[in-house]
Parts: sequence; C-alpha cells; structure tokens
Amino acid sequence: MENQTLLTIEDLSVQFVSAGIRTTALSGLSLTAKEGEILAVVGASGAGKSLLAHAVLGLLPKNAQVTGRMTYKGQVLNEKTLPRLRGKEITLIPQSVTYLDPLMPVGRQVYYPMNKQEGRAKTAALFEEYGLSPEVMKKYPFELSGGMTRRVLFSAAVLSGAKLLLADEPTPGLSRETARHVLRHLRAFAKEGRAVLLITHDLDLAVECADRVAVLYAGTLLETAPACDFAADGAALRHPYSQSLWNALPQNGFHPVTGNMPSPGERVESCPFAPRCPKKTALCREKPVPLRPLRGGTVRCIHAT
Amino acid sequence: MEEGERVGLIGPSGCGKSTLAKVLSGMLCPQAGEVRLDEKPLPKKGYRPVQLIFQHPEQAVDPKWRMEQILNEGYFPDRDLLNALGIEKEWLIRYPRELSGGELQRFCIARALGPKTRFLLCDEISTMLDPITQAQLWELLLHCSEKRGMGLLVITHNRALAERVCTRIVKFEDLNGKGEETHAKK
Amino acid sequence: MKRVSSIKTLAGPAAASLCLLILLFYGVFGDQAQLTTDFSQSGLAPSFAHPFGTDWMGRDMLTRTLFGMSRSLGVGLLAALISAAVALALGTIAAVGGKQADRAVSWVIDLFLGIPHILLVLLISFALGGGMKGVVVGVAVTHWPSLARVVRAELLGLRSAPYLLASRQLGKGPLLLAARHMLPHLLPQLVVGTVLLFPHAILHESAITFLGFGLSPHEPAMGILLAESMDYLTSGMWWLAVFPGLTLLAGVLLFEYLGSWLQKRFTKEASI
Repeated sequence: MENQTLLTIEDLSVQFVSAGIRTTALSGLSLTAKEGEILAVVGASGAGKSLLAHAVLGLLPKNAQVTGRMTYKGQVLNEKTLPRLRGKEITLIPQSVTYLDPLMPVGRQVYYPMNKQEGRAKTAALFEEYGLSPEVMKKYPFELSGGMTRRVLFSAAVLSGAKLLLADEPTPGLSRETARHVLRHLRAFAKEGRAVLLITHDLDLAVECADRVAVLYAGTLLETAPACDFAADGAALRHPYSQSLWNALPQNGFHPVTGNMPSPGERVESCPFAPRCPKKTALCREKPVPLRPLRGGTVRCIHAT
Repeated sequence: MEEGERVGLIGPSGCGKSTLAKVLSGMLCPQAGEVRLDEKPLPKKGYRPVQLIFQHPEQAVDPKWRMEQILNEGYFPDRDLLNALGIEKEWLIRYPRELSGGELQRFCIARALGPKTRFLLCDEISTMLDPITQAQLWELLLHCSEKRGMGLLVITHNRALAERVCTRIVKFEDLNGKGEETHAKK
Repeated sequence: MKRVSSIKTLAGPAAASLCLLILLFYGVFGDQAQLTTDFSQSGLAPSFAHPFGTDWMGRDMLTRTLFGMSRSLGVGLLAALISAAVALALGTIAAVGGKQADRAVSWVIDLFLGIPHILLVLLISFALGGGMKGVVVGVAVTHWPSLARVVRAELLGLRSAPYLLASRQLGKGPLLLAARHMLPHLLPQLVVGTVLLFPHAILHESAITFLGFGLSPHEPAMGILLAESMDYLTSGMWWLAVFPGLTLLAGVLLFEYLGSWLQKRFTKEASI
C-alpha cells in the first residue's frame, strides 16, 4: 500500500538579510515526508537542521527570505495557511522543560485546549501508555525529571491530533536506553499513520529508528537514503560525506576527515563538501551540483553511482 | 589514575559523573575525602594541572571576548597545536556567537592543553557534535595524551566511544560511586 | 546601509541627551538678568516676551524654570550616582561575600523596599536639616535597593558561569576575573539602572521640596517653584504651575526614554 505524502518541500532556500549582507542558510532543499514514516534529518551543528524545522512551521525571524515551495497534503504552506495548520496539523515536539508553563499542573497543560472531562480522560489514558502515573497530571513542571517532562511533551503532541510531528533534538544528554525509549514513542506515532520529522545530530540513533535519513551539510541537502543503507562500511551510501559521517562513528572505524564545514558567509555555489572530499575532481568545483534521484534515494554528487 | 592513562566513566544521567569531574578539577570542594595529585592536595592557585572541558562550549567562553583572547587566557598555544585542532586564523578575530559548537569546543580544548596540564577531564565533550567533528577531536586528544603522558578521564554515555578511546572503563552506577570496572581490549 | 540605519536610531537618544545636558548646564552659564525683580512686569500672562509668563515679582518664569530644572537635574544626578555606587558596593558584597553577608544585605534591601520611599526621604532630609545636603543624602540613601538587587542577581549568575570556572582553572585570580569577565557584563545593567534612577530621584527631590522638607527657597529648584505657585493659583496665575510642571514632566520622560533605549540596545547586543 502506498502511503500518502504529507509534506513536500521543493527547492527550499532560506536567506538572511542583515545590515545589507545576504547570507544563504539553506539552499535548494527538496524533501518529502510520508504518512507512517520517520524521516531523520542529520548534520553537524550549523548545517541548517533546526532552520528547516522552523521554516516548515513558519517560525523564521523577520529578516529571513524564503523561496521555494512547501505543501502539506497538497496545500501550499505560507503565512496564510500556516497559522491555521500549526499546532493542529503540524506540531513541534520541543526539547525542554522551558516550553511548559511552570505555574500550571502538567496534566492541564496537555488537555487545556479541549473540553475538560474528555481531555482529562484522554490525557490519563495517554499518560498510562507512556508509563506516567495518574498523579503526574497534578504535578508542576519543576517536579518532573527530564525524561518525564519529555513524555509529557510527547503526550501533548499526540493529543493535539497533529499528523506531522517535528521532533527537534529529542535525545541529547540521554543515555542510550532512555534515548531508545523516546524513539520508540516516535515509532508508535508513525505507526498510527503520522509522519515524523526527526531532527538530530546523533547519526547512529537516527539510523536505528528512522525509515529514511536526510543528510544536511552547510545548508545543502547532500543525500536522502533509506536507513538500511547506513550499514557495514557505508558502501551503499550515495554521497562521500554521508560515508565519512558514518565511518566517523566510534563503532565504525572512528575515521576523522580533515577540515571544517564552511560557515554561512563563505558558502559556494558548487559542491560544499568538495574541499574535504576524497573523491573530488576539477568538475566538482565548476558549477552547482543538482539533486538527483538514485537507487531509491536522492544525492547531490556528480560521482555517485 | 596513572599518568597517561585514559579512563572512561560511563553511567546514567544524574548519577553524579559531572559532579565528580568538578571535584576532581578542584572547582568544587569535597565535603569529605580528598583529591590528591602526586600524593599532594590539588593547588588552589595558579594554573590547575587538572583541567576540565565542558559539554557546552558556548557556555564555557565569555561571549564578550574575541576568540583570540579566550584562547590565550591561560597560555599561548603554538600554531602547530592550532593547526592540529583545525582552528583557522580568521576565527581568532571573531566573537563566540559567530562560531559553531564544534568550532568553539576546539578552542576550549586548545585552551586547556597548557604545558602544565597533567590530566584532562572531558565531560561529554563531543555529545553535541557530529560524528566527523567528534572523531577529529578525539584523534587529537589521543595523540596529545600519548605524546605528553597526559591522563584523560572521559565522561560519556556513549559506550562505543569509551571503548574506542579508553584504556580502562569504570561504570558509575549510583550516588555512592559503586561500580564495576572492566578493562577494555586496548 | 548600516550607517544610515544607525544614524536614524541614534538621532532620538542623541537629541534627548543634548536637551538634558543643556538643561543641566543652564544653571551655570545661563543669563541671570531675567531674574531681577521688576514689579512693573509682575503677574504677566504668557506672551512672546515671556513665553512662560512672569511671577508676582516680575521675574521671567521661563528663565526661572530653566534654572530650577538645572538645579533639580544636578541634585538628581548627584543622588543617582551616589545611589548607584551604594548599589554596586552592596550588591557586590552580597554576591561574593558569602552567605552571612548576603543575608545581611538582602535583609537591608528588603527593609528599605518595605518602607515607602517618600516617607524615608522626608525623614532623612528633615533629620539632616533639609537643604541640598539633606535632599541628596535622602534620595541617595533610598534609591539604591532595587539596583543593588539587580547587581546581586547578575553577579550570582556570572559567578557560576562555566567560563568563569574555566578562567579560574587557567590560573586567573579573583581580581582579574572581576575586572575582565564580570565587569563588562555588569556595566550595561548598571548604566541602565543608573539612568533609570534619575527620573525617580528628580521627582522625589521635587516632591519633598514641594512639601517644604527639602531645598530652601534660596535654592529655587522645581519643587520650590511649584510650591510657590500654589499660593498664586487662586489669583488666576495658572502659568506659574502649568509650565514648570510640564517641564519637569518632560525632563523625567526624557530620562525614561534614554534609559529604555539603552536597555533595548544592550539586550539586543546580547542576543545577536
């Protein structure tokens, strides 16, 4: 059965204009998120992951200029449609306690948009599902541990009934077991026919729990690949950067690549990874590399086969 | 800990790993017990021989200072070290907010690698970084540790990482600091 | 591009500071000739020759207002600066002096905040025999607590900042830490706090002078002008109260404007 595509992003670019200087933060990004799947977006800090989430939610600052097209269920996302969809159809699972009102019991914060009795019953059921005892509903945010808070935030996201969930770095600082637990909840969301956009810098977790992985580098999408391609020595991967990323993990060789990701001011039109790439040729530096489909994924590299 | 030894400390969050690191570096005073280096208590003044590197580099640098000042606060790192760490010249005149976490962490490491540093405590220093940057930093730290006989205490929840970089792994189980020790293959 | 926008944003605050500076120094360099008594000119309503009118002794009210404002600003400036110094000292003691010192200072802060300002200023000024000294000391002694609180909180936050811990690890002594790490972060707060103290100081100074516990009639600050005008309101000389009152209000608003502009500017800088 073919699942319906929920979110389509085509050629999305985000530029910031500050003091007359224009910097490109995201360029030519195309992605889709389907019902029932987890799409992980990975990349180094500063690669533009969070920016992508903010663009989808329409939460970019005023000096940002967005070009390209984003659609949700065929409906174009813009300043008019987003406020209507945000929180109802598309929702963000925030990463920390600071998103909760410190002066309201958490139970009420989860169900307060709904009618009281129905909401309370549903929240209680959800809390039970997430292993939170009913007393938790009456507690205040400061009384909860980090893990509990995260589960409360998850419940709120589920109860909102949103179809597209954006999870921005839900796992940093958690031990492996707790992180896996969090990601199991994401999987449960997906099983119910939602789409999850998981934004993380933690590649091995992303690979473990997502269906597809999108690799961002210096504001550019270099590859999207099925998660199962991240295996063994990474030969199934399409882009040299994804391969390097995979092989830099401590369990996969721990091989560093020299050099640094270019900062937003020094970005080039051609392949941004070329200066560090083991496979680079003169052609790589010549012109912009288009994103093309390849073996069930996409890649932005002229050498990929 | 022996000179040049690399000990990994792993355990769940909230079990006191970071507190231990602060005590070991002399930032906090223990209520009971003592931390000794060469059988002597830690010095309370001057450059500390046990240096701590934090998880969040953006909090560990003064936002009003230029990177150059931050780098040279303790001593003047030579160009070789900076090259090895991948610190680029033009970064030096920037302010911390103009650099990414990975780039800032390089400065924090360079700053802590003074000639008098005997032990380096790394408290989840690469948790917020991407795998490539993580591998870069650890390669350099291991190199330094071997060259100078500098000890490393690696606090992490990433077992694979600890196994890669450490000679000995201590599992921290609860607040009493009980735990099992396992010797890694290396 | 950048130039243009910064000139535009600076124009307002620059104009405000210029106005206040001119007012402040008017008392020193202003022309006193208009202040001579001339009963043939007494009680004139506002006109081109005397925009603010003249008083019952024929003195030009505009000149009197400017001199009064100048004196009031001077007193306010002195009081606010002393207040800020006290706040800095006590806030620092509370933040770095250990638990006992913190408790003591916090107690004093609460005590001062608990008593209405105006009452305390009145008592202190009265006890010191009024006059310039009484007012300055009274206002200075009562206005530091809120700023001291800010200083204390800011320093406590800074003290546990990882970059300070790191700096100490690198062998830096407490003096160096204070001068190079803490002061630069504290200064903006302190400046904003001090500027925002001015309007309070000026208003309180005028208030107690108006009530007769502050400056003497030989030192005609705004409070004196306003107090005197009350005697003549019933005889229809409304301008004696209205124009000095409006000028006082304008001065206070200018300070408020400057203070909040600085505050915005500093927070913006910190958030970039």
